[in-house]
Amino acid sequence: MKIGTPKEVFEGERRVAMTPESALQLQKLGHECLIETGAGAASGFDDAAYAAAGVEVVKTAAALWQAADVVAKVRAPDDTEMKRLRDGQTLISFFSPVADEAKMQAAAKKGATVVAMEMIPRISRAQKMDALSSMANIAGYRAVIEAGNNFGRFFTGQITAAGKVPPAKVLVVGAGVAGLAAIGTSTSLGAITLAFDVRPEVAEQVESMGAEFVYLDFEEEQTDGAATGGYASVSSPEFREAQLAKFRELAPDVDIVICTALIPNREAPELWTEDMVAAMKPGSVIVDLAAEKGGNCKQTVMDEKIVTENGVTIIGYTDFPSRMGTQASTLYSTNIRHLLTDLTPEKDGVINHNMEDDVIRGATIAHAEAVTFPPPPPKVAAIAAAPKKETPKALTPEEKRAAELAAFKAQTKNQVILLGVGGALLLAVGLVAPASFMQHFIVFVLSVFIGFQVIWGVAHSLHTPLMAITNAISSIIILGALMQIGSGSGLVVILAALSVFMCGINIFGGFLVTRRMLAMFQKS
Amino acid sequence: MDFGFTTAAYVVSAILIILSLGGLSNQESAKRAVWYGIVGMALAVAATLIGPGSGFWLLSLILIAGGGAIGYQLATKVQMTQMPELVAAMHSLVGLAAVFVGLIAHFEIGRVAGFMAAGGDPYELGTFAALIAKKSAVEINILRVELFLGVFIGAVTFTGSVIAYGKLAGRVSSAAEKLPGGHMLNIAAAAVSVLTLVWYFNTGGFLPLFLMILAALFIGYHLIMGIGGADMPVVVSMLNSYSGWAAAAIGFSLGNDLLIVVGALVGSSGAILSYIMCKAMNRSFVSVILGGFGGPAGEQMAVEGEQIAIEADGVAAALNEADSVIIIPGYGMAVAQAQAGVAELVRKLRAQGKNVRFAIHPVAGRLPGHMNVLLAEAKVPYDIVMEMDEINDDFPTTDVAIVIGSNDIVNPAAQDDPNSPIAGMPVLECWKAKQVFVSKRGQGTGYSGIENPLFFKENTRMFYGDAKASLDKLLPMID
Repeated sequence: MKIGTPKEVFEGERRVAMTPESALQLQKLGHECLIETGAGAASGFDDAAYAAAGVEVVKTAAALWQAADVVAKVRAPDDTEMKRLRDGQTLISFFSPVADEAKMQAAAKKGATVVAMEMIPRISRAQKMDALSSMANIAGYRAVIEAGNNFGRFFTGQITAAGKVPPAKVLVVGAGVAGLAAIGTSTSLGAITLAFDVRPEVAEQVESMGAEFVYLDFEEEQTDGAATGGYASVSSPEFREAQLAKFRELAPDVDIVICTALIPNREAPELWTEDMVAAMKPGSVIVDLAAEKGGNCKQTVMDEKIVTENGVTIIGYTDFPSRMGTQASTLYSTNIRHLLTDLTPEKDGVINHNMEDDVIRGATIAHAEAVTFPPPPPKVAAIAAAPKKETPKALTPEEKRAAELAAFKAQTKNQVILLGVGGALLLAVGLVAPASFMQHFIVFVLSVFIGFQVIWGVAHSLHTPLMAITNAISSIIILGALMQIGSGSGLVVILAALSVFMCGINIFGGFLVTRRMLAMFQKS
Repeated sequence: MDFGFTTAAYVVSAILIILSLGGLSNQESAKRAVWYGIVGMALAVAATLIGPGSGFWLLSLILIAGGGAIGYQLATKVQMTQMPELVAAMHSLVGLAAVFVGLIAHFEIGRVAGFMAAGGDPYELGTFAALIAKKSAVEINILRVELFLGVFIGAVTFTGSVIAYGKLAGRVSSAAEKLPGGHMLNIAAAAVSVLTLVWYFNTGGFLPLFLMILAALFIGYHLIMGIGGADMPVVVSMLNSYSGWAAAAIGFSLGNDLLIVVGALVGSSGAILSYIMCKAMNRSFVSVILGGFGGPAGEQMAVEGEQIAIEADGVAAALNEADSVIIIPGYGMAVAQAQAGVAELVRKLRAQGKNVRFAIHPVAGRLPGHMNVLLAEAKVPYDIVMEMDEINDDFPTTDVAIVIGSNDIVNPAAQDDPNSPIAGMPVLECWKAKQVFVSKRGQGTGYSGIENPLFFKENTRMFYGDAKASLDKLLPMID
């Protein structure tokens, strides 16, 4: 199959869906690769690099759309591109089935197959093709860099000959992929980083990145993100109030706020209100990654940088990934490559659009002249579906004492019963057995008792030496043979001699090997 | 020398032997304890040699020296990975010796009876004969039962240990195999033994004793044939226990208290070890002895996901970055003789200041404490080798867990899936570590034959290949 990538037509888009590196991998799957001339230029891949990787460079977009069986691109197609889309062609790109519903219908009518990159299900198997995550990662990183660019101070605290520099304080709102990337970047630059998320289970991830999780004093059961496919969901008004109160408290302190809070298919929630912006110090920076969906801060202007009256910079760019064209292109093209690997299971250059596969089914929004959105829920539960475990109830001192008393009583009862039964058995034996037997029997019972007491104390790690040494001493049976070797017939002598011989092997072998083993145990 | 001296020596010897077992409570005192054992044993043998009733003491000494030479050879040549075989082989010798000594006692009884009937003085025949001669009819009968029991246990121990040796050394298939008829054959053989006991009790003839020995030999053979390779820790410690009980039973028949004391100590030691092993597998002793795992109680959870393989460079990168590492060795490490490589890896990682520890499951390997001995041989300091209970809570704060050649002991199904055959078995919770590497030869299942969901977890990577070869590849990449 021919896989083609046209130049992005969207204004200012620097990314490209195929790199020379990914083209090499695609060719290994048996595909041919095409690229429109100049498609990679903005990301730093020139036509010569593509040609060197065996990619056919096509002069015009029209010719490319004509020739390719599969078109892979970044942005959703514009109207011209929609016209070029033809029957039987597969289009892989970002494609919002809600916002671009008309285009989706049109594509389905034409008989084209559309795979929407944002519809890739969030299951572990599909992580390698999850372009939303890979782009969010870049956005998170870039957001911090962009903030630093507009922030007049160091991130890290320093004490220099020219005076003391306090560290910057960064608050990251929303600890999704972008939020975590922002946290990582911010902490590595040396800033004091705080982070907040409505899903309490991410606190651990946040703390593992070196940031401090902002906890709310709030009692209500918080929704577990696992129930909603790993995304945040809408929270209750009371929860929201508690959250805003906390932010209000933090606002005068923080220098940089990175907002990344998004709820799928909804307008972004307002989390950074006007009064918080007003409370911030002059020179502070807000980067609103939710700008495209209205912004977590309502003063954000999409695609622009503004400065408020009290000197706070608010950045509302929506093209962070595109601003890092080379990096974004390598990651995105790898996502595309992984998707095509799944679409080409035989590695023979033939696309097998398997609608039984959870991932492919989930991402396909138009196929075989029908709209296939929304997909049925995936068979595999999303991300770690960790059911809440009941925490054991803390016992009051009285309950504890009662439990201990009960345990003690049970133990006493057990012991008394055991002793009683044991004693009765001994007495019963004593009634019938002759005295000479009882003498030995007492010795036997006491030895078993000592044995049990002593062996429980043996360290686990010394069980093998224990076996070897008990082996050696069980050869004490040699005494029986020695006592008899001298008394009697030839057969007895032979049997006794054999026993002595075997026991000799055992005694020496057992003790020596024990010694050898024990000598090996060394302290560090 | 007279009786008093021998008895005194026996008391000292018994105390020394108890101290030597008690000394195994930690590694340092154990080094002293083994000497107590040696001295105790030497004292017992010497006292018996010069005590009443023995003869041919020169012959005895030569035989002991000869046996000692062989024992010395065995003990110094044996590889630490072969310890289970050695222990099993040595048990078989104790079992056989018990059978022989029992038979001797039987012949003596007959001889004394004949001698007395002829009107002779039994004291001319030696102390044991004198002891028998003094006994009443009831006592003689009890003597017969004791002797019978000693021979029975000895015979079971003998064939059982030979088969266990064969399985451990790979000379007999380690799979659980039973003759057609299964446990009915064992029950039949046990019934024969009981019948012959009654017969022997009444007549005192040699034939019932002989028949019983055959039946017991069969039981030992068939019982152990029916137990699979990974249950060997239980089997070996059970045989250890049996060899002790055999010695104790013989001690009863010979009226020798030292034999009884030591036999009882060994017997209870083996019994406790078996109990610990069974507890660690959450299985009853009976179910282990009857062999094999029962079928699953119901539908087992399906395993989701895929096994993701990784190469040495990936493992090396993760290890170089990790601060804390826990290694979980299993029988696979012993089979591949990879302990030296593991030790080298640990040495390198520790040199970088990382916190490296071992987590040992009680049933890892083929012998209780097998892994500890192997690691000690490879010069891994024992204070970083932890028991399951000591380390299980530390996995969530661990960066990398490495599983080398173990399977069932790290199977999360034991906790998650109530229908799993190993449900409820305590396992090492290595999947809670941030990253898990599993060094494994191929994609097969463990001894219990069940799928291990650990291998399919998101944070698990499979490092396929022979453990030793894998480590050799890995070592140069650790800096």
